[in-house]
Amino acid sequence: MPASLRHRLHETFVRWALRVRPPEPAPIILTQRRVYVLPTRAGLAYATALGVILLGAMNYNLSLGHALVFLLAGLGIITILHTFRNLVLISIRPSRCEPVFAGGLAQFDVVLENQRSDARTCLRLSVDDVPVEIDIGPRASTVATMNVRTARRGWLPMPRLTIETTWPLGLVRAWSYAGPNLNCLVYPTPAVKAPPLPWSSHSTRGSTKDGRGADDFSGLRNHQAADPPRHVAWKAVARQQDGPLLTKLFTGAAAQQLWLDWDALPDIVDTEQRLSVLARWMIDADAAGLAWGLRMPGIRLVPGSGQAQLAGGLRALALHDHGAR
Amino acid sequence: MARAKRPVSRRQAWWLLATALAASAPLTPHLPLWLTLGTATAFAWRAALTWRQWHLPPRWLLVILVMAGTVGVFLQYRTILGRTPGVALLVVFLALKLLELRAARDAVATALVCYFLVLGQFLFTQTIPTAMLACITILITTATLLAASDDRPNPRQQLGRAGLMLAQALPFMLLLFVLFPRVQGPLWGIPQDRFSAVSGLSDTMSPGSIAQLSQSDAIAFRVRFKGDVPPQSQLYWRGPVMPSFDGRSWRVTQILGAYPQVPYAAAGTPVDYEVTLEPHGKYWLFALEMPGTLPPESALTSDYQPIARQAVRNRIRYTQRAWPDAIAGGNEAPNMLRNALALPKDGNPRIRAISAGWRAQYGDDGAAILIAAENLFLKQLLIYTLNPPLLGPDIVDEFLFDTKRGFCEHFAASFVFALRAAGVPARVVAGYQGGEINPVDGYLVVRQYDAHAWAEAWIAGRGWVRIDPTAISAPSRINSNFTAAVPAGEALPFLARGDLAWLRELRYRLDAVTNGWNQWVLGYNPQRQRDFLASVGLNEPDWRNMTAVLSVLCGMVMLGLTAWILRNRLRVDPALVAWRRFTARLSRHGIAWQAWEGPLAFAQRAGMQAPVHARAIAEIAALYARLRYGPAPQPGDLSQFKAKIAAFKP
Repeated sequence: MPASLRHRLHETFVRWALRVRPPEPAPIILTQRRVYVLPTRAGLAYATALGVILLGAMNYNLSLGHALVFLLAGLGIITILHTFRNLVLISIRPSRCEPVFAGGLAQFDVVLENQRSDARTCLRLSVDDVPVEIDIGPRASTVATMNVRTARRGWLPMPRLTIETTWPLGLVRAWSYAGPNLNCLVYPTPAVKAPPLPWSSHSTRGSTKDGRGADDFSGLRNHQAADPPRHVAWKAVARQQDGPLLTKLFTGAAAQQLWLDWDALPDIVDTEQRLSVLARWMIDADAAGLAWGLRMPGIRLVPGSGQAQLAGGLRALALHDHGAR
Repeated sequence: MARAKRPVSRRQAWWLLATALAASAPLTPHLPLWLTLGTATAFAWRAALTWRQWHLPPRWLLVILVMAGTVGVFLQYRTILGRTPGVALLVVFLALKLLELRAARDAVATALVCYFLVLGQFLFTQTIPTAMLACITILITTATLLAASDDRPNPRQQLGRAGLMLAQALPFMLLLFVLFPRVQGPLWGIPQDRFSAVSGLSDTMSPGSIAQLSQSDAIAFRVRFKGDVPPQSQLYWRGPVMPSFDGRSWRVTQILGAYPQVPYAAAGTPVDYEVTLEPHGKYWLFALEMPGTLPPESALTSDYQPIARQAVRNRIRYTQRAWPDAIAGGNEAPNMLRNALALPKDGNPRIRAISAGWRAQYGDDGAAILIAAENLFLKQLLIYTLNPPLLGPDIVDEFLFDTKRGFCEHFAASFVFALRAAGVPARVVAGYQGGEINPVDGYLVVRQYDAHAWAEAWIAGRGWVRIDPTAISAPSRINSNFTAAVPAGEALPFLARGDLAWLRELRYRLDAVTNGWNQWVLGYNPQRQRDFLASVGLNEPDWRNMTAVLSVLCGMVMLGLTAWILRNRLRVDPALVAWRRFTARLSRHGIAWQAWEGPLAFAQRAGMQAPVHARAIAEIAALYARLRYGPAPQPGDLSQFKAKIAAFKP
């Protein structure tokens, strides 16, 4: 069978087998209707071996040989039930997914819950090729982290999850599909080579270029977690013993008024590159502890600093024009 | 299949070694010594590999070893087909496969070979101990398969789970065993392996040959009578008939399959019985004198011995009818009578002289000569013994007149000689006499030490008449049993000694169990299956309705097991139920519990929101945390927890 046809048939089967169009509402419970069971390669070998043993037992009129075959056949049937039981009625809930830069690994966390009083053993979860193997204790839940390599910015829905098990004997494989409602925000990849932060042109408009520069000290205030460490007034802290950390404030307008402007880049730079450069600038500005604002088509972010500002800015970049794509 | 390529872990390697050991150890008595030693070496090597975590031996070395093993097996048996060479080859492969455990797939293959070797065990013996040993092997092999999937549980857990799964498989095994339509083998030609020598009667009789058998307590056959058991003195189990005498040995010369039907007419009260014959490698079927019917696939020889078409190499069962008073050979063929008169030209002059005297006195009156011969044996005061002295060339004269000590073959041979010398056709009949009723199951057990020889004389008008010369001198041999007749102090087989009552009782029980096993487990063949199914009400059982019943019953077991396995014991923790009631009560007052919130964090927050109840909430939360997440909740905690929640009125 050609690979493409096989792939298409498989996809058709999965769409049918999933029964609900993904994303599915949480919690997803793997009911018996959506758990499938087929023998593995080892299971087929086992069945063949049983056939041969049966022939031998018949040929030599071995009553105990018959008993052996029948016991092993019973074991084969039992293992179907055990494997099925190992998977059925697990409930899956989407947990969370931290944003990542395109090209990085998106980590989808799903919570698998086992409401039964015996453990689920050796479950294999896969969205791509590399499976994750987990156990769930009795009446417990486990978080499984599924890694997916990202390629493009924007929202990345969690790919279809295949959850399977061959426990206990490895002769039978039970599996099911799930499409948890979980999306990963993928930021544009920060440009490796970007122009320096746009201090000049209109991003520094209104600054007082009076020779004291941007770092004019204007006063102190209590330290906040988001303040860059290099602005801590170490001397002042050293003077007053056991006092709170103080942050130096500066009057330089540029320090508070760095504008990252969509239009600051030449016209030949295309959208994705523009987004990449802006992402790089944001990261650099944040690392430098600068307050920055963003101006791009349809979005204006007032200057600010810290994690929330960075996240908001990157999110704006990630979702730029996203609906049209 | 990424999993199949995962390397075999150390634990899995130990499991595989254990299962290989369990599968091959019971076979050692049946395999050549070099193979056992080689296998032991391979196992030790495997243990060292696992212990020291050495590298696996290179492929080329294993290929060489496999070829060497195959050649060794071929040189040993001159073939690699057949059951013993086949089992030997499997052992070779198993031992070498252990040195080649690279991936989980190899582990599964090894386990399958072990299952095959269990079948190999059954090719040699199928006794109850063998079956028990096989159960252990299957248990370990199944645990190994479990470990191949998940090697984290400890051996006890693995064995426990394997035991549980096998126990769940038992109902299927029983149903399939009883109802799976049986086919009478062989399906194809069984390679004629060397048939190991089995003790039993042979087709020649010389002084000492039957006495040798008296040292064996092996079972020859078992008999179940349909009606009353005939008296012990009537239990003559006819075996090979020996008309030809060369001066020392008596031999079988018979026309096989002379009569497809019994040639004589029924007479007397028939005795119906069923024989379960142990394999003895010959064609003979033993039957009570005189055989009235013939088992299927058998015929009667010219001297009325039932024989089977094929050598008896498996335990077989046949029903029989005996006519104790039948007149056999009323008009016997002249050449048969001539053969029954043949004697060597010379030797044994003394008995020849006495016989010539009878001949002169009674002429052709065979019956009178018979009485004269019996009187001679009675007068000589012969002694029945297991250890007769060695005899010279004139064995009859020396026995009758000099040593006067002999075993049944001496008695029978001398008696027939005397009759022939007097012109009365006579022959030696070998077989078994008597047997022992097992009071536990009512079967008559005939053992090798019941082997016996007696005489048969042809009297005009009466046909062949049985005379047991041993009975003349040692009537207790015939009336009670062999042990009673043997003088005290002579060595007897262990089971023939009757001095320990409890031992005897134990022996009866053991033998009844073995017999039940033989009859119902090992002897469950197509015939017995049909009889059994008909007796439980399945009319005219054929493969169709057997399969139908089988499917229905298996389906029912499957349903039952599915219900049991999928039973969703969603017994919610009572602590959780009470906690939910508590949080619901709080949420009515605007303090909602968030699912992500731990009980203690929630208590802190709720306490801030409702400071009046802070203390009660904190206590309840602490109890809940201990009940749900604590290492060992106290027994009183739950009731206290419930009481506190019941009392909590925000």
